[in-house]
Amino acid sequence: MERVPVLKIGDILLVSIQVDMSDQTAVQLQEDLAERIVATGCHGVIIDITALDIVDSFVGRMLSTIASISKVLDAETVVVGMRPAVAITLVELGLSLNGIRTALNVERGMELIAATRDDDYGYDDLDEPGDQSTDTR
Amino acid sequence: MALSAEESGRLAGLLDEHAERTIQRWTELVGASLRGRLSQAELRRQVQELHRAVIEAARGGGFDLESESAGELRAVLAELSRGRARQGFTATETAISVYALKDVLLELLEADATDTALRDYVAFSSLVDQMGLFTFESFVRTRESLIADQAEQLLELSTPVVKIWEGVVAVPLVGTLDSARAQVVMERLLQTLVDTGSPYAIIDITGVPAVDTQVAQHILKTVVAARLMGADCIISGIRPQIAQTIVALGIEFGDIATKASLADALRHVLRLTGVETARRQPRRES
Amino acid sequence: MTAGVDLGDPQAQAIRSDEDVVRVRQLVRTVAVAVRLSLVDQTKLVTAASELARNTLVYGGGGSAEVSTVDNGRRRGVRIVFADDGPGIADLDLALTDGYTTGGGLGLGLSGARRLVDEFDIDTGPGRGTRITVTKWSR
Repeated sequence: MERVPVLKIGDILLVSIQVDMSDQTAVQLQEDLAERIVATGCHGVIIDITALDIVDSFVGRMLSTIASISKVLDAETVVVGMRPAVAITLVELGLSLNGIRTALNVERGMELIAATRDDDYGYDDLDEPGDQSTDTR
Repeated sequence: MALSAEESGRLAGLLDEHAERTIQRWTELVGASLRGRLSQAELRRQVQELHRAVIEAARGGGFDLESESAGELRAVLAELSRGRARQGFTATETAISVYALKDVLLELLEADATDTALRDYVAFSSLVDQMGLFTFESFVRTRESLIADQAEQLLELSTPVVKIWEGVVAVPLVGTLDSARAQVVMERLLQTLVDTGSPYAIIDITGVPAVDTQVAQHILKTVVAARLMGADCIISGIRPQIAQTIVALGIEFGDIATKASLADALRHVLRLTGVETARRQPRRES
Repeated sequence: MTAGVDLGDPQAQAIRSDEDVVRVRQLVRTVAVAVRLSLVDQTKLVTAASELARNTLVYGGGGSAEVSTVDNGRRRGVRIVFADDGPGIADLDLALTDGYTTGGGLGLGLSGARRLVDEFDIDTGPGRGTRITVTKWSR
């Protein structure tokens, strides 16, 4: 069975789904990610689905579950790179991906996570980057 | 349906012998049905061409519209119907240009009330019918391709997606939105969001004459799809009567931002992005 | 990749495992591209196929998918038949309701798939398996 690699970039875990996932692979990814969030203490997860040519209800549910799990583990999940055709299909399918935050690309996703973290800590903390880095480790 | 060699010969002879009278009468009959929307000279030229082509085809022996010797006639007929279709004449008006030949032939043969003349008339008639059907088919084909071309042009013309600011694209919708067009607009807007990396889209419906449930549904779906991709849509240009329709139809725009004008929408987006940049700036410096 | 696709013959794919669901998706995609469905229509059809193939596996206990091309004289399309010898569906109206599920999914499989295709036909009953035929036409 194929496994989807999870990369750590700074304070963010980046998952770039490149294969046509079987349901098992999707479930595996869900488990791997939960473990990695705890192991690394990262506060942001970006799931890049640029390469996915479809998202069906199973993958949709997996994305929602990952978002919920990471929320519990104090990490923010952003799904990025959804193709227009996929978005149109999801709307027609009736899948709303509740609770999932989305961004157009990885860069925007990182900005979104950064902005959310800023909100959580308030503006005052921004002036002391040292403080923040101790918070997140 | 083909004429025998003798019949063809008699047809060619008849038309040739009474050439001037035939053309004159034919032109008159067609002219009456077109009610002056085509100049007499133009009409006469067309009839002359037809007349010549029919004689030529008949001279080629057993007259058959499908045969090789009738190639010229087919070309003339096709040209005639294409012209009529493009000029906006109806199918009837086009067919009459050919069917008028029947009346002319009847008048020519009436003088000679023999059995042969009667049989000839029946044979010539069915040939003219065949020509009429051929004309009709070319007419329909031309119209169909015209409609297809126009539909395509309309789609191309009426759905521009323009980038109006860094990170903001706008679609000014003009004209009636049907399902096919809405789909094109939807796809193009979403693709532009990806291509330009713009997180904001303004859908301006100032130019949309009416909003019904279906149109509203299409707009809503676009907005939801854009959200799934991580972009926000603002709807602008909602005219008072459209606002009334939306409320009367019970269409829920939910939490979708709506603004009166494109300018208001842009201001709204700029304020949103402005707040974001203000928030991010301290991080960049640090 | 498309060399093996003979558009005349229906192509069958057994659905026995997770990986087979992926294979059904790939087969449907190849045929949809060959028939020149638009990108959005391809995506809709492949998504519907994915839902239905999974249903065949999970609820029908496995079965098969048969993909063929159709032509109605004006337009071409892709037709897929999903068949299983499972328990069948007792209450079809309920099964086609958004959000209804017996398998722990989102309950969008059947109802969602129906919205994604142009024609949807289902033949089922308790004890006689399920046979679902879907068609998507090119525009």
